[in-house]
Amino acid sequence: MNIRSLASNWLGFALLTILLVVVFPALLDDFRLNLVGKYLSFGFVVLGLVLCWGYTGILSLGQGIFFGLGGYCIAMFLKLEASTPEATKIQSTPGIPDFMDWNQLTELPFFWQPFHSFGFTVFAIMAVPAAIAFILAYAMFKRRVGGVYFAIITQAVTAVLTILIIGQQGYTGGINGITDLRTLLGWDIRTDGAHNILYFVCVALLLVCILIGRFILKSKLGRILVAIRDKEERVRFSGYDVANFKTFVFCAAAALAGIGGAMFTLQVGFMSPTIIGIVPSIEMVIFCALGGRLSLIGALLGALIVNAAKTTFSEMFPELWLFAMGGLFIGVTLFFPKGLAGLVDDYVRPWLVKVLFGGGAKPTDRPAPTPAE
Amino acid sequence: MRGDAAMFDYSFAELSSILVMQGFAGLILFSVFVLMALGLAIIFGQMGVINMAHGEFMILGAYVTYLTSHLFTEFLPFAYPAYFFFAMIFAFIAAGALGLLVEWVMIRHLYARPLDTLLATWGLSLILQQIFRSTFGAREVGVELPDWMMGSLNVTDSIEVQINGLFVMGLTAAITAAVLVLLFKSRWGLQVRAVTTNRTMSGAVGIDTRRVDRMTFGLGCGVAGVAGAAFTMIGSTGPTSGQLYIVDTFLVVVFGGAQSLLGTVASAFTISQSQSALEFFISGSMAKVITLLIVIGLLMLRPQGLFVLKVRR
Repeated sequence: MNIRSLASNWLGFALLTILLVVVFPALLDDFRLNLVGKYLSFGFVVLGLVLCWGYTGILSLGQGIFFGLGGYCIAMFLKLEASTPEATKIQSTPGIPDFMDWNQLTELPFFWQPFHSFGFTVFAIMAVPAAIAFILAYAMFKRRVGGVYFAIITQAVTAVLTILIIGQQGYTGGINGITDLRTLLGWDIRTDGAHNILYFVCVALLLVCILIGRFILKSKLGRILVAIRDKEERVRFSGYDVANFKTFVFCAAAALAGIGGAMFTLQVGFMSPTIIGIVPSIEMVIFCALGGRLSLIGALLGALIVNAAKTTFSEMFPELWLFAMGGLFIGVTLFFPKGLAGLVDDYVRPWLVKVLFGGGAKPTDRPAPTPAE
Repeated sequence: MRGDAAMFDYSFAELSSILVMQGFAGLILFSVFVLMALGLAIIFGQMGVINMAHGEFMILGAYVTYLTSHLFTEFLPFAYPAYFFFAMIFAFIAAGALGLLVEWVMIRHLYARPLDTLLATWGLSLILQQIFRSTFGAREVGVELPDWMMGSLNVTDSIEVQINGLFVMGLTAAITAAVLVLLFKSRWGLQVRAVTTNRTMSGAVGIDTRRVDRMTFGLGCGVAGVAGAAFTMIGSTGPTSGQLYIVDTFLVVVFGGAQSLLGTVASAFTISQSQSALEFFISGSMAKVITLLIVIGLLMLRPQGLFVLKVRR
């Protein structure tokens, strides 16, 4: 591989790394850096969406719930750590989370017990969303249900879990969610210094996930996924078990969303059902669509841009914001199905490579244009 | 648990009348589901288009009814008892016209990409919600019922049913019948059914499938508008009321079997009755959770839904 095609392949990744590791920390104050970190936690979700929606054609309207499951796992761990018998001695039952005490629970429910262990929590952040995704996906894909049916089912599951979390106040904290999280293994996560460190942890994890995503897409597996998207029957007739591949990619997307949720909880300090319901789940899809459903990096930037715009505009012009959001949905799907990344790929990248490496030489890894062109 | 304890306190007669009234509440929910799902099933069944803005078309109908009721109190107070029938017609026209416009501007470009129609119509629903909020305010509005629709009938000493609920049920039956007649007895309905079962072949024998699509979308939205008008009889209307029903309604349509109107009605009945029956024993939110879970579970076992119509894609 020559330097030119290498640059063309890795330019975006290099620029993204510089942007996240150098530019943002240098230019933004602590508060804004924390905000960017919060937006980036949605980046994990859109990476998963690129894999399962962009490349495999499975639209999920329930990524928010996987995000939430990951977030709730770490929130349960942090809440248990914050609810020591000393800290909660004014409660009628010391040692359990405050909202349980308010709801007249007298002991910790069984499914909270394992979350005393940090190792189990880290495992659960990825395993719980992936397990739910597996049950859902395996049953549906084995029966060859896909497309819009699957999208509707994921949305219904989102509705069910959100209602359940809101309704079971004593076990989940209800509509308020799990709040007042303080320390992670004794380390105070509420200070500016901790926020900065968490930002870099988030960025590092994100970059690793992008690399894993690229690896999957470049491998033979990635080619099969694209083939499933474009002609599912033909892949099946070629002897591949399509359902297994689709289930795998859907579970991977769910696990990624779970990591995102955990990073969100750590940086923001709470988890609540309002972040994971039906509407936020669809918004995550629009992050991905705007940035480019076929580009890991593009989709990530889409999450950053939409979130930043939301924070800015929804404060200044709350009415205009919904119009803008709706317009984005319609405009992107009608006119730019490949999103911003599609525009960059078509116009900016060739130009940038030309500027950086001189325009004279012809690209050697492409066939020379025929005279007719 | 709460239900168990409560059950022992009632006599058998009281219990049975509670069950009847609960069944009646279920029938009202059933009417709302059927009215919303009808339009959705026509659109989804024929074109495979997911219209996420369907709830907003319904709310548009509800707001048109609200405006009409004000119009009649201002200018035609003597005709007020009959305003609802005019409101229904206006609601149908308004929602249907908007539907035709939306199909022309947006949907027709996306027929090849059904998943994208889902996103684009979601965007449309956000915009419509904001328009409603800017025009009518964020608070819910209600219409005043004409005198003849208020009050309730006492069937026995302990069972009473509301007249407006009965009216909405009758209306649902009438609209369903009208849609069925239109689909199965008219020439246009024949074309719609032909396009549903085999689009390419219908085109080959000279049916203008694009025109059929547009009219179908308009009709589906118009029916949603009428549903909205009926909705004002039993509840108040806010900018986001439509969104509350959209997930349920989609499940109704998918559960019934997307191409079958009979299936839609049957599944609406099953879902609404089981939900309102469960509400007697457990809290409303848990009743909904359990109903949805059962439906999702059944769909995993039988993804094609209750009733299947053979189609060629």
